[in-house]
Amino acid sequence: MNPEASVVDNVIDTVSAVFLVVGALMSLAAAVGLLRFPDLLSRMHAATKPQVLGLFLLLAAIGLQVRTWWVWPVLLVAWIFQLLTVPVSAHMVGRAGYRTKHLHRELLSSDELDAVVQKAAQSARDESARDEASDGGRRD
Amino acid sequence: MMQTVLAVTAVILSLAAAGAIIRISRGPSLLDRVLASDVLLAILGAALSIDMAVNRHLNNLMLLVALSIVGFIGSVTVARFVADRREQAHES
Repeated sequence: MNPEASVVDNVIDTVSAVFLVVGALMSLAAAVGLLRFPDLLSRMHAATKPQVLGLFLLLAAIGLQVRTWWVWPVLLVAWIFQLLTVPVSAHMVGRAGYRTKHLHRELLSSDELDAVVQKAAQSARDESARDEASDGGRRD
Repeated sequence: MMQTVLAVTAVILSLAAAGAIIRISRGPSLLDRVLASDVLLAILGAALSIDMAVNRHLNNLMLLVALSIVGFIGSVTVARFVADRREQAHES
């Protein structure tokens, strides 16, 4: 093996080692966030770190270590799949948490869903009031 | 160097898994537990990827994709279930 290639090898090994350790630290950060944050929504913020950035770093380290060009599209597909599914499940969990009041309202800096919920409740109330009025008219 | 990285990441991931399991057992609500088990699944996927990177093989790649499908379906289903049950409780 010529010396230049082994230098490149060392550099690639070092970069992938850094990626692996940082990617593992993302998981640790998520666990610390899960344990220390006060309510569901802020815990969700911490929980997404290993799922997106951590997985990206680990897959990049795999690509650097295996050293064949055709693994990169496969790794990209795995990462994009994760990127598509994580927001959907986070949306569902956040919505269910909002509905079931698992949040500390005083910690929110803005609540954009509140106006929508109020409006829907108002229109439902109007609807039922109108139904009641028309029913009463028919009965008289 | 790769063996050192393997040892370091094993310690880090064990600590992270312990934290997630503590949150699963302690979590005040069902959604907290779902979230923590999602994180535990992500830590498992991280361990699989580190194994692939250190030992230079690609055997676990399909398992990784299947794992993310399972996490997605699981958390969406449980979120849906929680919303439905609470709404019925309010109505009755």
